Amino acid sequence: MKFRDPDTDIGGPLHKFPVTNHSAIVAARSDDEIVRRRAFDTILNSYWKPVYKYVRLKWQAGNEDAKDLTQGFFANAFEKNHFASYDAAKASFQTFLRTCLDGFVANERKAGQRLKRGGDMDHYQLDFAGAEDELAAHASSTLSPEEFFHREWVRSMFTIAVEAFRGRCVESGRLVHFQLFERYDLNDDDVSYVTLAKEFGLDVTTVNNYLAAARRDFRRIVLEKFGDAQ
Amino acid sequence: MKWLSDDKLDHLLDIVGTRYVCVEELGRGGMGTVYLAEDRELDRLVAIKVLNTLDVTDDLRQRMMREAQVIARLEHPGIVPVHDAGTLPDGRIFYAMKYVRGSRLDEYAAQGAPLRDRLRKFQAVCDAVAFAHAHGVIHRDLKPQNIMIGPYSEVLVMDWGVAKIRDDPHQTAVFNTSDGTVIGTRNYMSPEQARGEVDIDERADVYSLGAVLKDLLTDQKVSKPVKAIYLKAMAQTPADRYASASELSTDIGRLLDAEPVSAYRENALEKAGRWVGKNRFLVLLVLAYLLMRIFLIFTSRR
Repeated sequence: MKFRDPDTDIGGPLHKFPVTNHSAIVAARSDDEIVRRRAFDTILNSYWKPVYKYVRLKWQAGNEDAKDLTQGFFANAFEKNHFASYDAAKASFQTFLRTCLDGFVANERKAGQRLKRGGDMDHYQLDFAGAEDELAAHASSTLSPEEFFHREWVRSMFTIAVEAFRGRCVESGRLVHFQLFERYDLNDDDVSYVTLAKEFGLDVTTVNNYLAAARRDFRRIVLEKFGDAQ
Repeated sequence: MKWLSDDKLDHLLDIVGTRYVCVEELGRGGMGTVYLAEDRELDRLVAIKVLNTLDVTDDLRQRMMREAQVIARLEHPGIVPVHDAGTLPDGRIFYAMKYVRGSRLDEYAAQGAPLRDRLRKFQAVCDAVAFAHAHGVIHRDLKPQNIMIGPYSEVLVMDWGVAKIRDDPHQTAVFNTSDGTVIGTRNYMSPEQARGEVDIDERADVYSLGAVLKDLLTDQKVSKPVKAIYLKAMAQTPADRYASASELSTDIGRLLDAEPVSAYRENALEKAGRWVGKNRFLVLLVLAYLLMRIFLIFTSRR
């Protein structure tokens, strides 16, 4: 039986994790534009959804406006190399990024015009429609915008970790491990070990062992991602 | 990429947040909730007690940690061992202990266990409590619900949440309950504890043990010595009780060995009856010998 109670769940409803991937932040200061671009992509990948949703919630921006602000924020940050000015002694990267974002949106609002970006500005291929659907699922959230931002960043990091885990399982020929993990730990329908054993043609002990191994590996991947965090 | 729902995200945070994955809730108390959890590192099930609230006072946190430390230092087969203690990612205190499969003492008694088995189990409880007393720890909430009988008949004393540590300089006011707050369970609580007295000693536990023994034998026809044992343990005045759990255990041992117990003065008839009961085999041999002799005398006269 799986335990479900957000108030007493181990880890709690607002689990706190290290703030971001330190190596990407360090690399964002590099003089080498390729290195900087790669680091920037890592940060973009982890943060664009939290940024978009935060702008929608905190700044009450419409979806088109929020899309432009998100694109504009990251394009501006890369162009002006904002992330290089991050000082770990002063604040967490997450707080720094959010402060930059608030400043950026406030300035854009003060300018009194919707962003019209194009031409020489970067446009990132981001799934805003998907983010909008996810946002609809949070309509009843009682979190503050800051808590929500953190929560969305954690969600984003875990989503990336799941994909990395899938990739490693495929590479190492252990797809069944991932499939079991996906069915039991990721999908929303509750299944038992017995059901999985029948479905995969395994005995229950093997399902138990595979799942234990999969969780260990997944945990390792997540910790790797956060491991060099500050 | 598949979107992770809040439920699934929390579940994954469980997986990553600690080495433990929650399986189900086992029980809920005033201070904490106990969960059955899977220890991923060692691939085994454990019981995890987690402080109930995120908004904890220092006193509460200290009390929970003290509980873990109390149990951890009581390394005895009759006391459930603590494996690990720490803080969850959200700041709540937890500790992991051995997951005891089996039944509570009251459930065990309800299954109709024989008297001698019950007494042996009870003696094991006394021994565990005596060990704790020897280490300066008074349980203060002994009751059948806090005693587990494991699958191999092992006896484990649980729930040391309100235990008192004597001469502990780090003990907090709340843990000492120096405000006189009554702690424990009414039916098993010594009179001095029920009065909210702060300066109680091991004999408060002796009283509770007496109440547990009485409870354990409710459905049994008990002998006068047995009754005398629990009545002595449950004496209103601490000075009239056994001085320690160890003394109580010794008396139970004597009872099991059909020897006179300190709590009861036998008359000559009872003494003889006990002697016969204890030396049944010898008595039977003598009787058989005598019968044979009588038979031989009778047949030789013919």
